[in-house]
Amino acid sequence: MPVFPFSAIVGQDALKTALMIAATDPAVGGVLAMGERGTGKSTTIRALAGLLPRLPGREGCVYNCDPARPAPTCEVCGPVAGGRLGPIVERAVPVVDLPLGVTEDRVLGALDLERALATGEKRFEPGLLARAHRGFLYIDEVNLLEDHIVDLLLDVAASGENVVEREGLSVRHPAKVVLIGSGNPEEGELRPQLLDRFGLSVEVSASREIVERVEAVRRREAFEDDPAAFLDTWASAETAASARLVAARARLAAVAVPDDARERAARLCLALGTDGLRGELTLLRAARALAALEGLEAVDGALMDRVAPMALGHRLRRDPLDDSAAGARVERALADLATV
Amino acid sequence: MLDLADPAAWPPPPARPDPGSGQGGAGAEAWTMAVQAAAVSALVPGAVGGVVLAAGPGPARDAWLAALVACRTALAGEDAAMRHRLPVGCPAERVSGGLDLAATLAAGRRIEAPGIVARAAGAILLAPAAEAMAPATAAALAAALEASPAPLVVAFDEGAADEGLAAALDDRLTLRLALGAVALGDLGAAAAPSPAALKAAAGRIGRVTLDDTALAALAGLAAGMGLGSLRLLRGAAAVARALAALDGRLAVEEDDLAGAVRLVLAPRARCWPAPAEEAEDESPPEPPQDPPADSDEAPDPPEDDDETEPDPGELAERVLEAMAASLPEGQLAALAAAARAGRGKSGARQGARRRAAARGRPAGVRPGLPGGGRRLALAETLAAAAPWQRLRGGGSGRLQVRRDDLRLRRLEAPAEALTVFVVDASGSAAMARLAEAKGAVEILLAEAYRRRDRVALVAFRGRGAELVLAPTRALARARRALAGLPGGGATPLASGLEAALALAAAARREGQAAQVVVLTDGRANIARDGQPGRAGARADAEAAARALAAEAGVLVVDTAARPSREARSLAEGSGARYIALPGADAGRIADAARALRGDGAPARQPGRR
Repeated sequence: MPVFPFSAIVGQDALKTALMIAATDPAVGGVLAMGERGTGKSTTIRALAGLLPRLPGREGCVYNCDPARPAPTCEVCGPVAGGRLGPIVERAVPVVDLPLGVTEDRVLGALDLERALATGEKRFEPGLLARAHRGFLYIDEVNLLEDHIVDLLLDVAASGENVVEREGLSVRHPAKVVLIGSGNPEEGELRPQLLDRFGLSVEVSASREIVERVEAVRRREAFEDDPAAFLDTWASAETAASARLVAARARLAAVAVPDDARERAARLCLALGTDGLRGELTLLRAARALAALEGLEAVDGALMDRVAPMALGHRLRRDPLDDSAAGARVERALADLATV
Repeated sequence: MLDLADPAAWPPPPARPDPGSGQGGAGAEAWTMAVQAAAVSALVPGAVGGVVLAAGPGPARDAWLAALVACRTALAGEDAAMRHRLPVGCPAERVSGGLDLAATLAAGRRIEAPGIVARAAGAILLAPAAEAMAPATAAALAAALEASPAPLVVAFDEGAADEGLAAALDDRLTLRLALGAVALGDLGAAAAPSPAALKAAAGRIGRVTLDDTALAALAGLAAGMGLGSLRLLRGAAAVARALAALDGRLAVEEDDLAGAVRLVLAPRARCWPAPAEEAEDESPPEPPQDPPADSDEAPDPPEDDDETEPDPGELAERVLEAMAASLPEGQLAALAAAARAGRGKSGARQGARRRAAARGRPAGVRPGLPGGGRRLALAETLAAAAPWQRLRGGGSGRLQVRRDDLRLRRLEAPAEALTVFVVDASGSAAMARLAEAKGAVEILLAEAYRRRDRVALVAFRGRGAELVLAPTRALARARRALAGLPGGGATPLASGLEAALALAAAARREGQAAQVVVLTDGRANIARDGQPGRAGARADAEAAARALAAEAGVLVVDTAARPSREARSLAEGSGARYIALPGADAGRIADAARALRGDGAPARQPGRR
């Protein structure tokens, strides 16, 4: 199925930047995209996955293993296969949807019931986390999802490994997943401790510019009428964006973070009163990733100002009943800092 | 210029050509539009996604379905017109497909149940009682519609009130029709276009042009109605094109845009665009929970003053007029009023209906089939099957498990609770006291946040009570709604208590504990039926309070300047707790609320699995 090209998405600059940053440096943590329906969140995320270079994997592998580091329990790539390894093919970066009302077994993986009931054999059936390995897990309506499942997902995303201890199984497999959560804040809020564990947050809203909306509809119509031609038109822009991303990943380790950048981050977080250290860590990592994307050699104040709203906007609220615009508070703090 | 705020001042609609058999009236109008909608859905199913049909079972609905089937058959053959049905109460697994455990056990090999959406691909999928669809099922359906070829979904919204479907699903089904006004006699007013006409339209539609001004006008109207979704805009554009093609033209004109607005945008409007020249000096009253991204000014960018280029803002207004002219009398007023009343409450309503998913501590097992969130208890299932192995002739290590052996894990979860705030916003509760009362409410909201309760807000003043905020977990909204409450008028206490009773009863039916906090000075002077008079009002209020106390824990917070006899007697008469605001501090109010929860409904309730 053809995927709408990333570069052809109109507007949504904040979301696109956040996703690029998360794709460049997965250590930043996931992205929370809150806003109304129909604003193109899932389109953008799938488009990003289409931008990323294809991954090597073996045919028939359900754990999406990296051939160099297979999951121990994988019957196609791991030691269980006993040397009869299949051919290496290229696969698209997975974007797995987490359905509303999903249960733990579906997410983590569970005992293979069919085998257990039929032959009494204890075998692990991988869940959605295995399928999303080296890719994205898209959680729609994350604010309605059960707390303990969100907690579980954040744990796995942070550690990069899924550990399953249940029903007589003891399994671990790699699960390097970038979480993307989306939802409508009018229907309920995530708890602060869960919010804090998401790396970046952006507010996604329908563009106020009529011109932009018109252009977005036009492009969608053109895409649906003739996907091949549309993809052709945007092919060069896509290649450029893809190259940029790949180069940024390579360059990431070399980007310098000078001490005054660290100081600035600390001062900003103090001024805003964010809890804990995650805010600063995320801010610095995101700034570094953005520097890599823009081809800069070091992080500077301007870059940090650009990522500050994304990295800190969801960590501000001390009072759960106060939903005053987080973006405005961050901007004010930034302005105050500038005069210092 | 048309003043949409004042229906009485509207000019009569211009004379329109007879729709065939000369039958006028609201029903015939609605039917003609409905038939056009059927033709449009058949013509551009991909962009339309589906239709939300607000109609109970009856001849109108059947006739509409028949028209749709006829159009589909003409355009895409018999297979595309086959009707599949999504059973009411269908669990999410059946929508997208998965393992059929019972069949697998019986046959001894893996048997998959194909999803209903997969089976209905390219055909028509009917979804009755869509407004009561479980959110998980609606989400699964919405997700499954992303695949292609997707079925054309016709969702029957059979709800009495305008509750709406789950947001994810509603966004994908762009057309919305109401057949309530269509009577049997109106069905002759219009018929589906002939197969030849449909085929001609299909051939034409690729060449129909929709110029930028028209699209900008549609975008402006959508923005004016508070609809940010690009899917809806895309659907409206496609509908306009289809209407032009059906009419034999190659360019979209005002009437087509009006039709698109009427079918896609107007039924979902969350606010109504104000006419241009009044946008500066008047701002229409906004409901407290107005959705964030909207502007209720007509799209009229002042820079766009190019003489040669047509102005999208003007076009938008003409389209709105054309649409108003085509609607039956009074319906435009109803639409505008409903929009102003804040129809975008469906999100909160869905939250209210959502049941506690399977979670909590394991508490035994029971027989049943897994699926729909119910988990199989493996060890107990095998233990149930073990004694029968010899009889069932197993052998060779294979366990013979039957349907009756399957056991499910029963979970016990702490009960969710709902806190209903009933706020006396009448004149007798002086403004100062109301502010203090709001402070008390903030403390209670903080308690609710701590316990993960939902809150609802009922306000009463003047003639009756109003549900300001449906049960929701978005506490920030509750606080905002409270801040925006206007005050003044008489005190219809009984109506307020009854509204709270309805909410509490609904919560109890879903297995939740309810508690009600009433903030009033007790001086009721309007009875249940709206008649003034202290005695009747007090009697009604006390009766309502007794009924309420039977359903939920009640706390009466007396907001009068000195503790009032009426409030106290109201509390005592119904067995509710009482606390007087003057002299009460934050701690005492919070304690009262906590105590309410303590001796209200039991703290733990068995899960309904």
